[in-house]
Amino acid sequence: MKLNKNIAVSENGFIFNPVSGDSFSTNPLGQEVIRMMKDQKEKKEIVKAIAEKYAADDSTIEKDLNDFFQMLLSYQLINEHE
Amino acid sequence: MSKRKITVAVTGLNNIDSPGPGIPVIRALKESAEFEVRIIGLSYETLEPGLYMHDLVDKSYSIPLPSSGMDSLMSRLEYIHSKENIQVIIPNFDAELHSFIKLGNRLKAELGIATFMPDLETFESRHKSVLYEFGEKNGVKVPKSKMIYSPNEIHSIGNELGYPLVVKGKYYDASIAATPEQANNYFHKISNKWGLPIILQEFVSGNEVNITAIGDGNGNCIGAVPMRKLYITDKGKAWAGISLLDEELLTIANRVIGNSKWRGGCELEFIKTKEGSYYLLEMNPRFPAWVYLAVGCGQNHPEALVKLALGEKVTPFTSYQNGKLFVRYSFDQIVDISEFEKISTLGEL
Repeated sequence: MKLNKNIAVSENGFIFNPVSGDSFSTNPLGQEVIRMMKDQKEKKEIVKAIAEKYAADDSTIEKDLNDFFQMLLSYQLINEHE
Repeated sequence: MSKRKITVAVTGLNNIDSPGPGIPVIRALKESAEFEVRIIGLSYETLEPGLYMHDLVDKSYSIPLPSSGMDSLMSRLEYIHSKENIQVIIPNFDAELHSFIKLGNRLKAELGIATFMPDLETFESRHKSVLYEFGEKNGVKVPKSKMIYSPNEIHSIGNELGYPLVVKGKYYDASIAATPEQANNYFHKISNKWGLPIILQEFVSGNEVNITAIGDGNGNCIGAVPMRKLYITDKGKAWAGISLLDEELLTIANRVIGNSKWRGGCELEFIKTKEGSYYLLEMNPRFPAWVYLAVGCGQNHPEALVKLALGEKVTPFTSYQNGKLFVRYSFDQIVDISEFEKISTLGEL
């Protein structure tokens, strides 16, 4: 799962899309997901990492992650989300 | 390297809620790496805030309104030049540009004052009333528009363009009308203020993105910086904005400036639709009031304009910083009545 080209993410989880001029703030969990996306992690790897860290089952995490990706898609931060 | 001394006269000192570009242009010139600029402010009204900004404006003179005619303007400029030895004039109002363009050759030949503006034909070609044709000629999409002189024309043109549609003044003002009745109201409101004709324009939905740019008149775009408004006043003016990274928009701007051989500063106003298409809404024939953002992003367009006006070669800018914001503020200047008296009675300050 890849963020769109040129999307800037600060250490504080502040996201800036230089094409649209939009900026967003994320909570700490969102920051973790974004960081993993920047590290080119696949969706299943992100699900596994989050599920392990927060002691939740994979299907719950995957559902929440899909919502999160849908939001990133609507904000034009990613191009596609299956 | 010591800076070259130069005297530049600038209009548009109305740094108000619908600001003129004069003060941002002056700030840009004062930050020039090459010139030590003495600024002569040219004002139409005695309460233009720039008149009293003595750290930016070295001396000010009132000039006659465009309605007074060109001879009146020329004779006033002759007088100011005799006192100040002006090398370059940068006019910043749409409504005065026609006069300054017509006087351009005389200013150069008789007084040695340089300007850098489009010729009259190019200036007129981007006028709101013929923008659609301008778009076709220069390879850029423009919403359909019609120029009208009577509210009786709203019905048929409204049916053709559909609602909502945009009702625009010749120089300034625009409102979105959802019904023929609203269009009729806006027709009267805008024509009372700015005169006729009124332009009815097809409404295109999307995000507004603007570009400040400068062309050298030979088909080269010397610089261009795109911006999206982040905070808009009730007059539709940007009170905050951010520079964008938008290659496609820059390509379009380069094409428009290149094809039209635009000479001087300009602002291109676009709507970017959800599908990613760009529609040119307006091409303003002078720098926008937010031109100082370009300086903040690494492109000093007013400085480039002065060099072009002086006949110097200017290498086009190749980069700028995106993600730079401008955030405007209002500021109360305390002015002694004696200063107000000077500009009101003597026309100089």
